[in-house]
Amino acid sequence: MSSFLPPAERNWWSTPVGKQEVIWVGIALVWCLIMFLMMPYWHLYGKQNLSSEAYQTTPAKFQQRVDEMVAQYQVGEEAGMPIVKPPVGSDVYMLGRLWQWYPILELEKDQPYRLHLSSMDWNHGFSLQPVNINLQIIPGYEMVLTVTPDQAGEFTVVCNEFCGIGHHVMLGKIYVKEN
Amino acid sequence: MAQFRVCPDSGFYFDKNAESLMKANAVAGAVFLLIAGLLGLGVILTRWQEVHLLPADVFYQVLTGHGINALIFWIIFFEIAILYFASSTLLRTRLAAPRWAWLGFALMIIGALMNNIAVLQGNSSVMMTSYAPMQAAPHFYLGLILFAVGALIGCMVFFGTLVIAKEDRTYEGSVPLVTFGAITAAIIAVFTIASGAIILIPTFLWSIGYVGHIDAAMYRVIWWGMGHSSQQINVAAHVSVWYLLVGVLFGARPMSEKVSRMAFLLYILFLQLACAHHVLVDPGLSAEFKVFNTSYAMYLAVLASMIHGLTVPGSMEVAQRQKGLTKGMFEWLRKAPWGNPVFSGFFLSLVIFGFLGGITGVVMGTEQINLIIHNTIYVPAHFHATVAVGTTLAFMALTYLLIPVLFRRQTFLPWMAKWQPYVFSAGMTLMILFMLGAGTLGVSRRHWDMDFTGAMLAFEYPGTAYTMMAVAGIGGVLGVLGGVMYLVVTVGSLLFGKKLDESAGLLQGFGVPLAPSSYTVEQPERLPMAPKLAVEEHGSAGFEAPGTFVLAMFLLVCFVVYYFINWDYLASVWPLS
Amino acid sequence: MSQEETVTPQDDLPRPERVPFFQRLLDNPFLLLFLGVVMPTVFYIMWGIMEIATLPVAP
Repeated sequence: MSSFLPPAERNWWSTPVGKQEVIWVGIALVWCLIMFLMMPYWHLYGKQNLSSEAYQTTPAKFQQRVDEMVAQYQVGEEAGMPIVKPPVGSDVYMLGRLWQWYPILELEKDQPYRLHLSSMDWNHGFSLQPVNINLQIIPGYEMVLTVTPDQAGEFTVVCNEFCGIGHHVMLGKIYVKEN
Repeated sequence: MAQFRVCPDSGFYFDKNAESLMKANAVAGAVFLLIAGLLGLGVILTRWQEVHLLPADVFYQVLTGHGINALIFWIIFFEIAILYFASSTLLRTRLAAPRWAWLGFALMIIGALMNNIAVLQGNSSVMMTSYAPMQAAPHFYLGLILFAVGALIGCMVFFGTLVIAKEDRTYEGSVPLVTFGAITAAIIAVFTIASGAIILIPTFLWSIGYVGHIDAAMYRVIWWGMGHSSQQINVAAHVSVWYLLVGVLFGARPMSEKVSRMAFLLYILFLQLACAHHVLVDPGLSAEFKVFNTSYAMYLAVLASMIHGLTVPGSMEVAQRQKGLTKGMFEWLRKAPWGNPVFSGFFLSLVIFGFLGGITGVVMGTEQINLIIHNTIYVPAHFHATVAVGTTLAFMALTYLLIPVLFRRQTFLPWMAKWQPYVFSAGMTLMILFMLGAGTLGVSRRHWDMDFTGAMLAFEYPGTAYTMMAVAGIGGVLGVLGGVMYLVVTVGSLLFGKKLDESAGLLQGFGVPLAPSSYTVEQPERLPMAPKLAVEEHGSAGFEAPGTFVLAMFLLVCFVVYYFINWDYLASVWPLS
Repeated sequence: MSQEETVTPQDDLPRPERVPFFQRLLDNPFLLLFLGVVMPTVFYIMWGIMEIATLPVAP
C-alpha cells in the first residue's frame, strides 16, 4: 500500500526505526567490515597476492626480451615450440599471441621466478590449469609477478579471454620439475 | 492538455503519453528478450560438449548477440518503461516532453537494430565487451552510441517528470519509496551512459580511421564503467520492483522509510565503484585502487543489498501478520499466493538473487579471490543469477501485473503463467549451480571447445567438468523453455487475451492509445500520503518480522561459510607476489 | 504525530526548518544525481586512468 505512496509522515526521517532492522544493520555492517579487512590482511599474511608491478611496453620490445631468453636458455623443443629453462630466481618471459603462449617454460619446484607477461596483439587470458590462476594479459602492458610453483608436474596455460576464431587452440605449457 | 485514465482494477492513473511509451518500451524489451533467449539456446547447446551444436565462428557471433541483447537491449528498454511508470503513473502526473521520449525510443530502436545487423553480418563477433584493439564494424559501435543517447533522453524525461510533479504538487510529502528506487536506477544509468560515451565514441572514430590508437588497458577500465554499471541499474530497478510488488500484492509498507532510502543512497554513492570487479587481475592497477573500489568503499553497497534483503520480505511478513497469518515463524510465507506468478516470480527472484547472485558476486569481487575466478565460467554463472533471474524474473513478474493494468487484457493461458516462474528459475538455477562448479574447476567462459580440438599442445579438463557443463546445458534448455513460456503468455495475452477495455486491440498493445472515451482531461486527485499506522505488536520478542530475520540469518551463515571456503581454496594455489 | 487537520499554525510554520539534513538530501534528486555521478567518476574512472597513465616505461 505505501511502498508506492508517499511516506505516512511528512518528517519520516525522525520516525523511529524498529529494533529488528537496527540489529540486522549492525550485524551486516560488522560482516562487511570483516570482508573489507580480509583483503589487507591477506596482503600482509596471505601468499597469493597479485603484484601491481607493471610497465608500458610495445610488442616489439617484449618480443625481443622473449627472444633473448629463448636464445640463452633453450633446452628442447615440443610441437615446434622451444622449451626454455631459465635460472632460478631470474626474469622469465611468456608472451601471448594469436594463438599461442610462447615459449614453453621449465621451472623448478618451490623456487621463485619473476614472470613477465604481455600480449603481442589482442587481449588474452592467462589461465593456468589445473592450478586455476587467471590473469588478464593486455597488449602494450607488461605484467610482472613473482611466482613460486609449489607443485611439480605438467601445467597448461589456457587462453580464457576471447581472441578470435582460433581462441580455443591457444594453449601453452609450464613444466615444473622436482629439484 | 494532458489526458489521464484510471485503471479500475488497480487505481493507477496513466497519462496517455506515458502509457503509450511504457507499452512501446516494454514490448520492444520483450522482443529483444526473445532474440537474446534464442541466441542463448545456441550458446548453452554449444557449451554442452556432447552436443556442441554450433561451429566456432557462429558460436562467437551468437554469443556476442546473446550478451548485448540480454544485458543491454532487453533490460534497458524495460527499465525505461519502469522509469516512466515510477514517475508519471506513481506520482499521478503528466510525462515531461513526450515527443523527446518518442525520439529517445526511436534512437534506441535504430541503435539496437543497427548493432544487431552488424553482429548478423558476421564481422563484429567481438563479444559484448569488444575489447580494443579487437575491432568491430563501425555500425556496431554507432548502434550502441545511438541506443545510449536514446536511453539518456529517457532518463532526462524521467527527471523532467519529477520536476513537473513537484511543481504541480501532484503528491503530498516525499516521493514514494518505489519512485526513489527508480531515481537511484536513473542516476546509475546516467553514469553508465556517460562512461559509454567516453569510450565508445573514440572507439567508433577509431573504427572509421579518425583515431589512430585506443589504449587497451584504459579501454577496459572505462568500458566497465558502462558494462558493470549497466547491470547496477538493474539492481536498483529490480529492488524497486520488489518493493512495488509487495505493495501491490500484500499492501505492504516499508518497515522503515529511512532505512530503505538510506540503503538506496548507499547504492547511489558506492554501487558503481564495483566496476573494478572486472579489472582485479589487470596489469598496473594498485592494490589500494582495487581494494577500495572492489569493496564499494568497505562493502557499503553490499550492506545496502543486505538491508533490502531484510526489508523487502520483512515488509511482506509484517503485512501478512496484520492479516492474521501469525502462526509460528513462517505461516505468512506458507500461505502466500504461490500460484500467482506475480508473487512466485517476485519471491524466486529475491531468493535466487540473494543466495546465488549476491553471495557469488561478493566472493568473486574479493581482490585476491578473483585470481581463481576471473574469466572462468563462474563469472557468467554469477551474472545469470543476478540478471537472468534477479532482474529478468522480477520484470517478468511485473509483466503479469501490467498485462491487465497497463495493457487492459486478461492473461492468456493462466496455467502456463502460473508455472512459468518455476520452470524458468528451476532451469536457470540448475544451469547457474553447475556453471559455478565448472568455473571452480577452471573451465573458461567465452570458449568454443573445451576439448581444444586442433591445438598443437594438449590439455584435458577433469571428467567432472564435462558432466557439470552437460547438466548446465540441461538447465539452460529448461530456462529457455521458461523464457518461451513467458513470451507465449505475454504475446498471447496481447493477441488473444480477453479485453478488459473494449478498445484494447493489438495495436494498443504496441502503444496506440485506447479509445478517446477512456481518457479524461481532469487532473487526478493529489496522491495522498500513506495512511498512518496504528502501533501494534505482531511479531515476537519485539521483532516485527521474526521469520524474515531467521531467513536473513540463514543467508548470512551461507555467505560466511562460502566466503571462507573460497579463501581456503585460494590458499591452495601457487604463491604469487 | 498528530493528524494534519489538527495541527496548529504554530506547529506548521517552523516545519520546513526542521526537516533533517538527510531527508532534504534524499528529497533532492538532482543533488543525488550529482553525487552519484561524481563518486564513481573520481574514485573509479579518474583514479584508474591516472594509475595506468603513470605506469613507467619498460626498461
